[in-house]
Amino acid sequence: MSYIGNIIGGVKTLLTGMKVTGNYFFPSVFGRKYTITRQYPDEPAIVMDRFKGEVVMWHNDNNEHRCTGCQACEIACPNGSIEIIWDRVLNEETGKKVKVIDQHIYHLGMCTMCNLCIQACPTNAIMWSTNFHNSTFDRSQLTKVLNKPGSKLMAGVEE
Amino acid sequence: MILTNTTNYFAELVSYLSEQMGLGGQILAYVIVAAIYLGFFAVAGLLLVYIERRVAAFFQLRLGPNRVGPWGLLQTIADALKLLSKEIFGTNRKDKLLYNTAYYLVIIASLVALSVIPFSIGVQAYDLNIGVFFISAVSSVGVLGIIFGGWGSNNKYSLIGGMRSGLQMISYELSSGLAILTIILMAGTLQMSGIIEAQRDGFFIWRGHIPALIAFFVFVIAGTAESNRTPFDLAEGEAELGAGYHSEYSGMGFAFFFLAEFINMFIISAIAVTLFFGGWLAPFHLTDGLAYQPLWGAIWFFLKVSVMIFLLMWFRWTFPRLRIDQLLTLEWKYLLPIGLINIVLMAILVYFNLVF
Amino acid sequence: MEQVTLNTADLKSQEYFLNMGPQHPATHGVLRLILTLDGEVVKNIEPDLGYIHRSIEKQCEYEGYKQIIHLTDRMDYLSAHINNEAVALAIEQALEIEVPERVKVIRTIMGELTRIASHLLWWGVMGMDVGALTTFMYAFRDREMINDIMEETCGARLTMSYSTPGGVMFDLHPNFVKRIKEFIPHLRSVIPKYDELLTGNVIFQKRMKGVGYMSYEDAISHGASGPVARGSGVSCDRRKKGPYSAFASQDIDFKEIIYTEGDNLARYNVRMKEMLQSLNIIEQLIDNIPDDGIQAKTRALIKLPKGEFLQRVETARGDLGVYIVSDGKKNPYRVKFRSPGFSNLNALIEIGKGHLIADLVAIMSTLDFVVPDIDR
Repeated sequence: MSYIGNIIGGVKTLLTGMKVTGNYFFPSVFGRKYTITRQYPDEPAIVMDRFKGEVVMWHNDNNEHRCTGCQACEIACPNGSIEIIWDRVLNEETGKKVKVIDQHIYHLGMCTMCNLCIQACPTNAIMWSTNFHNSTFDRSQLTKVLNKPGSKLMAGVEE
Repeated sequence: MILTNTTNYFAELVSYLSEQMGLGGQILAYVIVAAIYLGFFAVAGLLLVYIERRVAAFFQLRLGPNRVGPWGLLQTIADALKLLSKEIFGTNRKDKLLYNTAYYLVIIASLVALSVIPFSIGVQAYDLNIGVFFISAVSSVGVLGIIFGGWGSNNKYSLIGGMRSGLQMISYELSSGLAILTIILMAGTLQMSGIIEAQRDGFFIWRGHIPALIAFFVFVIAGTAESNRTPFDLAEGEAELGAGYHSEYSGMGFAFFFLAEFINMFIISAIAVTLFFGGWLAPFHLTDGLAYQPLWGAIWFFLKVSVMIFLLMWFRWTFPRLRIDQLLTLEWKYLLPIGLINIVLMAILVYFNLVF
Repeated sequence: MEQVTLNTADLKSQEYFLNMGPQHPATHGVLRLILTLDGEVVKNIEPDLGYIHRSIEKQCEYEGYKQIIHLTDRMDYLSAHINNEAVALAIEQALEIEVPERVKVIRTIMGELTRIASHLLWWGVMGMDVGALTTFMYAFRDREMINDIMEETCGARLTMSYSTPGGVMFDLHPNFVKRIKEFIPHLRSVIPKYDELLTGNVIFQKRMKGVGYMSYEDAISHGASGPVARGSGVSCDRRKKGPYSAFASQDIDFKEIIYTEGDNLARYNVRMKEMLQSLNIIEQLIDNIPDDGIQAKTRALIKLPKGEFLQRVETARGDLGVYIVSDGKKNPYRVKFRSPGFSNLNALIEIGKGHLIADLVAIMSTLDFVVPDIDR
């Protein structure tokens, strides 16, 4: 008798399985109840505010940034994604030579989004942007200069 | 019981054209009929692929193709065009003859099987008096194509897939044959139109009650196995063999295998509908008195077939795959004895006139 | 006429080789198995590694201690947080610093979330490997909720780099508790459906039961750990045996799931039950997360004292050991990761023999490899 019992038991488990998929199928067809697809370009993508998309440098309206060129981020970076080209310029008011960044170069292609540079920055000059549209046709476009052209150090930010 | 009172539109086309234009007209008529079937093959195949993808998507909480054309209807046509324009390449030391004939065999088998299926009253290319037998004979030719493809590809994965498919087909032909025979005991004819005509007073699934129901289940399982669909898709076995017997095909060669699989699903559903659910007959004589009978017949036929196809898709997107030895256990230890007992049971019922 | 007799003893089948992988859907990455087959029966398995070797251990020797952590994300990417935690714990152990209680609780919750996410992904892929394609999307729907929680707090969905030596990178997001409380009942309600869909299915049961048997002794001698060993009856949960983080500092009530059958189904059941246990752990911790800061005091440039330090944690796949040899400089002298997947793969060679190809795929699925973890 176990022969017939096996068949009936087996068919029952198959039908339970079909019930589960059926319960998802019919409400999804008539009313899209369980459908979880987000049709991305039409519907906006959900990006959390802490999402680590790429490193950017904050500039205010007068095109001033907070980077003193201390190179803490460059040292903290595990894979050399950040390079800072800097110079010492004579400050005419105080008569001292101060460090000024020429270019804050960020290789997005090498970055692993580990957050160490931002943690290391003493002046909160760099921060995360949630931008995730980072694909390009050319690798060289992933190398970015974070400080805007002509920008200078914000007054009051000390090394 | 050979039916003569119904008109066969294809036969009439042939006789009309041959009367008008002689031999040339006859050939022209054949070409037209063939073109109609080829067109149906392509359209139905593409539509089934689209439906499958859509249904699968809803089972999996997705949306499926919905970008090309209204509701994504043109998606599969776009895919077919892409496959047409692809470069055809295969393995280096393939067996050229077998490799290149494989997909033609598969596609011819399903096309020929299509020709005896009654789509509606008189819409049937050949109303053979051995129609059901013819279908099950021809559809087993298709497996040759799969074995050819598996062997000719010179790829071990393909070979394993091909051999599995052969094993599976040979086994499950038996069960589906027995299930068909069970119904033929009631119908008393092998002719497709005859079988349908015999169900005018009630479908066989109802008239044959218990044995017909068992036969239906056996046929659905065996049919799923014959069309190589998921609980039985060992020949493809995506997770095990990559793509199985059609690993080495590209472009249209692959597309032929793919389309033939879906047409096979249609054929299995059409046979099931014809045998158990009265083909193009309206249930409860709902539309019997109305005008345009062939049209109503087609509507009922395709409605029933689509329900059957949906059932097969439901199986596919729910069940895991069997292992090859379990596949054979299922056939030889369960389906075949059940089928044999069932046929005896049906014979007794028919003899003592216990069917409705 | 000449009589032809056929001596069946002369009939021999020919064994042949089959390359399964590096590009094969069942190997979950770039693992290559060189199979010796007789028909479909597997006679011998020879795993070939090295296709995704990135020399993480060597790279660690050139990085500072803080910088090691982001590399461990890329090892076993499905339990990335637990890997981070392991390195952080090893460094803290060496520096002998006590991290705030809040950090311990956060790390434990995140670790259990990671474990659930990993098991969910495994469940989906397990279904795919035995041919039930729909399980994949169901598992991913639920895993997505965990990924959202991770993204909200850690800023990344998979490679979080969340633990640092002495603490965690960010504080919890204000929504964190709310989201977890939404997630727990949701997962509790869908796991019975998973069982109905796949676990109870007669085909699945037949595929799993009695296949891929690994005995208690084999599990120990191959060094198997995690759910793989627990399916063979070996009690090896590091959360019980060598408690760390909140498992050590708080009294958490959870069961170590042990099945003694040793077959595929046992390993499957261990993981299914473990998900519920992880939910229990999270539930016990989520209501009273202490509030005593997220970072212990550490120097900006960490230097470990001379010596050798070992920290073992329980990842989703088993026992991960982090072994750091320090010579007092700012980089480690040598780092060794004892990855669970490597030993579990070793067990496959033994238990896969004599099975069919289809079974081999199922066994590989229940062993739950992550190839970058095997092949650091």
